[in-house]
Amino acid sequence: MLDAEFEAGNEILALLGASGCGKSMTLKCIAGVERPDEGRIVIDGITLFDSEKKIDVFPQKRRVGLLFQSYALFPNMTVEQNIMSVLISRMAKEDAKKRLACLTESLYISGLENHYPVQLSGGQQQRVALARILASDPSIIMLDEPLSALDSYLRWQLEQELVRLLENFGGTTIYVSHNRDEVYRICGKVCVMSRGRTERVCTVDDLFEAPRTLAAALLFGCKNYSRIERVSEDKVWAVDWKTYLCCPAPVDGDARYIGVRAHYIEPCAEGGENTIHCTVLRVTQDVFSTIVMLLPDGAEPSSDFSNIRIELPKERARGIRKGDAIFVKIKPHDIMMLKKS
Amino acid sequence: MDLFPLYNSLRVASISTFITFFLGICVAYYIARVPRAVKGFLDCVLTLPLVLPPTVVGFFLLKTIGPMGPVGSRVLEAFGLKLTMTWYSAIFATTIVTFPLMYRTVRGAFESFDKTLAYAGQTLGLSDTFIFWRVIMPNCRQGILAGTVLAFARALGEFGATTMVTGYIPGRTATISTTVYQLWREGNDSLAYKWVAVNLVISFIVLLTVNMLEKRYKEPTRAGRGALADDV
Repeated sequence: MLDAEFEAGNEILALLGASGCGKSMTLKCIAGVERPDEGRIVIDGITLFDSEKKIDVFPQKRRVGLLFQSYALFPNMTVEQNIMSVLISRMAKEDAKKRLACLTESLYISGLENHYPVQLSGGQQQRVALARILASDPSIIMLDEPLSALDSYLRWQLEQELVRLLENFGGTTIYVSHNRDEVYRICGKVCVMSRGRTERVCTVDDLFEAPRTLAAALLFGCKNYSRIERVSEDKVWAVDWKTYLCCPAPVDGDARYIGVRAHYIEPCAEGGENTIHCTVLRVTQDVFSTIVMLLPDGAEPSSDFSNIRIELPKERARGIRKGDAIFVKIKPHDIMMLKKS
Repeated sequence: MDLFPLYNSLRVASISTFITFFLGICVAYYIARVPRAVKGFLDCVLTLPLVLPPTVVGFFLLKTIGPMGPVGSRVLEAFGLKLTMTWYSAIFATTIVTFPLMYRTVRGAFESFDKTLAYAGQTLGLSDTFIFWRVIMPNCRQGILAGTVLAFARALGEFGATTMVTGYIPGRTATISTTVYQLWREGNDSLAYKWVAVNLVISFIVLLTVNMLEKRYKEPTRAGRGALADDV
């Protein structure tokens, strides 16, 4: 079930969501290779699909570039044939050859023209796929998780190239991903998608600072969350953490959860407002920091929500062992009020 | 040795494979677009000749294209053409019997075809015709080749339906299979063995050709993977 709604200008809009939430399906509907049951798709003022007015433009005519996760290069054609097949249908042979040379140069794939896709590395295949899309002169470009299948070593290099390419393109780009770091670096605006539904479009900064819903917070890396009951204007009862917490007033009536980033919870000396007494469940060494999993006193040990995860620089976490009892503190303004959806 | 049966068998098998080739691909392609409720039923009907005994197929054929049948009588009236008991009657029989083989094999190939290639082609502005001939067909080559070979082999070996529809007229409608049957009935074993040998040789040639073609079609997909993998 898909229920998507968003607008984008000449910018890179991220469609951020977990796997299987309907992001790829949305792209396919925009491209015209899948048909939604109802709705409207308008690009540059031209209606491509309107269920009420019975408009449904062929995908060939939509000028929408879609980079599939698998790149979809034609395996029976060489790199040159893959790109030329698109160019030939739009211009004379001479011009096509010139355009081919231009594209291969700007995407660093010159010299690979006579190779078949299966002979190329992942990065090369992606660049050929992008060259092919640019050859079709699209008005918008949509990328379906372009970096997900790559090794982290390659990922950074390709990310740089992708950003450069998209800047040159200058039109609207929709970037689908489930990786919040990528989205934070590459995109200007974000539209969070969860179980087939999209939320409001907002800037990357807004979403990171103040995600409004639980789904958005989770996607943007918030690791600690609890169900809440509103107690007063500035106080809530965190159901899963079995503790009272002071929050920035006034507490939103719609808020059902709170979220706190792992970095914002710190061990402290006993007592005081917004402190929670916990037992250390597990201490894990990460590359540059230490992750400590805590269970607040009285909380349900088997529930996902009830664990609190904090991240500390390695020096600060030196004395902490499994089974220790410690206090942690959360500053009121670090608490995010979250709606269900 | 009168070589007419060899010539006739090859002639009939080639023509019916030619027809089945295009018919099978067409139907396999368009059946994907048929509504689901009808698709299952249609699929059964199209596969039926594979399951029915050839004599049953031959019986239906006789009743349809025979001189008293609805089609046969009309053709006889309009063109003065007899549809049964001629060398080309065998083509009806072999086409019907080989059609399901081509159809099902090609349908399998189309179904296992990666649809994102077709979607990509569409979003790039390539016409559906181009996508069919230059993307779908080349990538389904092996399935189509397999179907064609099965169809040809089956056509060459058709006996039951062919006998009923063309009879055995030496020099006019005899095929290798009907000739061997006739020779066995006459007790002419030595000539029968010669025809068996001919059939074996043809079968071997067809199968060897197919194996070679399959190898050639496999080549581009195995050309030095990783040769340039170090490059980004």
